[in-house]
Amino acid sequence: MEAFTKHSGKVVPLDRANVDTDQIIPKQFLKRVERTGFGQFLFYNWRYDTEGNPNPDFELNQEAYRDGSILLARTNFGCGSSREHAPWALLDYGFRVVIAPTFADIFYNNCFKNGILPIRLPEAKVDTLFRRVKDGVTQTLSVDLENNRIDDQNDFTAEFEVEPYRRYCLLNGLDDIAITLQKDDLIRKYEERLPDYYRTTVTQNS
Amino acid sequence: MRDVKPRTLFEKVWDRHVIEQEEGKPAILYIDLHLVHEVTSPQAFEGLRLNGRKVRRPDLTVATVDHNVPTVNRSLPVTDGTSAKQMETLTKNCRDFGIKLYDFHDPGQGIVHVIGPELGVTLPGKTIVCGDSHTSTHGAFGALAFGIGTSEVEHVLATQCLQQLKPKTMEVHVKGKLSPGVTAKDIILAVIAKIGTDGATGTVIEYTGEAIRNLSMEERMTICNMSIEAGARAGMIAPDETTFRYLEGRPHAPKGEAFEQAKQEWLQLRTDEGAVYDKRVELDASEIAPQVTWGTSPGMGTAVDQQVPDPESLPTETERKSARRALEYMDLTPGTPMTEIKVDRVFIGSCTNSRLEDLRAAACVVKNRKVAPGVQAMVVPGSQQVKRQAESEGLDQIFLDAGFEWRESGCSMCLAMNDDTLNVGERCASTSNRNFEGRQGRGGRTHLVSPMMAAAAAIEGHFVDIRKWNLDD
Ligand code: SF4
Repeated sequence: MEAFTKHSGKVVPLDRANVDTDQIIPKQFLKRVERTGFGQFLFYNWRYDTEGNPNPDFELNQEAYRDGSILLARTNFGCGSSREHAPWALLDYGFRVVIAPTFADIFYNNCFKNGILPIRLPEAKVDTLFRRVKDGVTQTLSVDLENNRIDDQNDFTAEFEVEPYRRYCLLNGLDDIAITLQKDDLIRKYEERLPDYYRTTVTQNS
Repeated sequence: MRDVKPRTLFEKVWDRHVIEQEEGKPAILYIDLHLVHEVTSPQAFEGLRLNGRKVRRPDLTVATVDHNVPTVNRSLPVTDGTSAKQMETLTKNCRDFGIKLYDFHDPGQGIVHVIGPELGVTLPGKTIVCGDSHTSTHGAFGALAFGIGTSEVEHVLATQCLQQLKPKTMEVHVKGKLSPGVTAKDIILAVIAKIGTDGATGTVIEYTGEAIRNLSMEERMTICNMSIEAGARAGMIAPDETTFRYLEGRPHAPKGEAFEQAKQEWLQLRTDEGAVYDKRVELDASEIAPQVTWGTSPGMGTAVDQQVPDPESLPTETERKSARRALEYMDLTPGTPMTEIKVDRVFIGSCTNSRLEDLRAAACVVKNRKVAPGVQAMVVPGSQQVKRQAESEGLDQIFLDAGFEWRESGCSMCLAMNDDTLNVGERCASTSNRNFEGRQGRGGRTHLVSPMMAAAAAIEGHFVDIRKWNLDD
């Protein structure tokens, strides 16, 4: 995973609440067996009409927001399924940061596994940002994970909080599987203590 | 004197599985059962290969194909090339890594959350994960069961553990008794309408109260299944005699003396008196009416005897905006009685409502009646076992006589990854769990209801208040 320390980029406002993973990456694109190449399908049903032409009303298609890398969204962003294809699609498109008042749990967690920083800001701050972005006052934001701050170099700043361990992993781009594998002794001991009725093992021939 | 702090059901299961908890870090949690399906696993196996890693406990891992499978005749080849490839990839991965797979032609195949309990691999007190948000279903047995992303699937495959931050707890207490015609689905839809789709974010819900105790295992699974639609990581119900009766004799459940011993342990899996939840809500079952959703989020629902709400009556601008947008997508006018909404399609299936009791309830409504002209209705059993049982009871014939299609098992039109999809503008009464835009097919309109309500909508061609039907005739 790529480490995340600082990032500056253009903000794309997506003024909808409860954006679900079916919208982020519709199911017809979940059949691939690779991790890459999902960006072209991001928000597909909103981005393109049924003939496959870009929908000019959709934010991602608007000139002002082209090549954005910071997504500004409303409450409960990423609700719905556990598909990691959602952060893969956001990342592949070029998003490194998503800002919203609240996120759905699994999506939030999946972001950290892929080097995307989801930032929770109070609803009032998010409101302000939406207004500023739409008025063109705020166009880009600088996100600094080392100091937990964002600012637009134009008198908007905000502090945010990330749970310390998640922050540490993201700052260092750590592979958490390798970390857990180091605990092999502990895992082995635990497995020896497992009560019989949890050992309902299923083998290929059962 | 021992001074033991009273704990909730969740805390008991959590504590027992923590391998290590260092200050300021997530816990390392042991996973007893890992369920795997074709959509969220290929990249995880690929990750293992790239790093030269093995599956630590193939014997605690169970796989099936469900999301992509066609629900038409199984003797035909899968026509969609990319679906076929995804299923073949799972077959290869299971072969290479030594994992049991209930494949396309296996008599044990079915939706992953239907077959776990059926096989008896879902047991009280276990930690259960799957790359699928509706893993919460298994919490009906008093297991701690939650959905994970593909990176975490890889983590569990490699280590049989997960790094997890401890969630908070929430009690959803449902007191009183349900009225006839009102089901578990209506309880959970009413809960979500009340607390909102992010009402339980960051928590594990425990469902308690008389109305929950009175539910069968299959009904409890319906409730826990949709915990995720309330934002929760998991839903749990303490195991009791109902749970044990369901489990005894299941192929992988403990047998004889071992079962009796397990039962004694499982009986401890209940929230201690005096234990505190971080949040609590209470509902009265007797006040719950059959529910129908009107919008594009599972929280946008109301009682069948109500009307499509007016967005302008909602308290916040964000809610008003969402509701306006939802009504536009759903092509509904505020003030329309729910019972006047006509449907084109009816889908009875999904991990929420495709088990035997669901099919029995729907069949009871359908019996000796006919599907309304112009309505296309289908039943998709949750598993091959459910299908066989239903057929042995003659339920298939009741549905076929009424004009329903009777399909093979799989996720089907719950997410429409196979050929079972709505066309643009079609309106569907569905027993599934998500009414998101395009979920059942681009431009399709989904109304979430119980199996009885879906069956009745198929017969009348519009929603009906099932409480007004005499179902004994
Ligand atoms: S039936 Fe629907 S919700 Fe359940 S696992 Fe399948 S796709 Fe997911």
